[in-house]
Amino acid sequence: MTRVDGKNKANLVLYTLSTCVWCRMMKSFLAKMDVGYDYVDIDTLEEEERIKTLDEVKHWNPKCSFPSLVVNGEQCIIGFNEDALRTALKL
Amino acid sequence: MSGGPAGSLKDIDLYYEELLTRARASGYHLNPDAGFVKVIVEGLHANLERHGYAACPCRLVSGKKEDDIDIICPCDYRDADLNEHGSCFCALFVSREVAEGIRPAASIPERRPPEGSRHRDSSPIAGIARPSLPVWRCRVCGYLCAREEPPETCPICKAAAERFERFL
Repeated sequence: MTRVDGKNKANLVLYTLSTCVWCRMMKSFLAKMDVGYDYVDIDTLEEEERIKTLDEVKHWNPKCSFPSLVVNGEQCIIGFNEDALRTALKL
Repeated sequence: MSGGPAGSLKDIDLYYEELLTRARASGYHLNPDAGFVKVIVEGLHANLERHGYAACPCRLVSGKKEDDIDIICPCDYRDADLNEHGSCFCALFVSREVAEGIRPAASIPERRPPEGSRHRDSSPIAGIARPSLPVWRCRVCGYLCAREEPPETCPICKAAAERFERFL
């Protein structure tokens, strides 16, 4: 996990791909809003770590699509949707 | 595939030009946001260099070509997503409405079935007599042809033979 510093709006864990344009949009949006979060680019992980992390993603999002943002270990926002983010993070 | 960052940049520009030409020739539209498309093309190019094939940059690539064949761009899910959502999963390909700015492109739900429930071939249709030649369907564009083997390249969308499935 890589930490991006910013305002502590919630405990945010973001699963992404380094090659994915929507993941990049998500990261840019969180940066623009100055929201802190942890993220991991699954495609850059070694085999063992990747399998372990994918199990976490599958728990929240069985289709394993990206970006997947887990909010406070309670809710998962799938895909990049500004409105959904604003509502969930009260931005 | 040439090495070095300068070579890669040139490759990315060429890739983009080729994509645009192919899309126009076959009646598809690319996302009008050139900066957005550039990011996708970089992702496609990264996958091409990493895995040897241009798999979808917005999906997790297994690295085994037979498991990723449905997500080699253009993916098997593009046309259905264009119809339902106005864009493919990455929003590289968009509908005419999106291309013309009538409505924006958005991040859409994943259509690809989860691992373990992906079917390669469609099941035979009951009640239809087996034709004298097998019918092959291009999983990318839906082109059908009756011949012993699928064509080397789809004459409509230029997808490779491996993207064909036995339809009848």
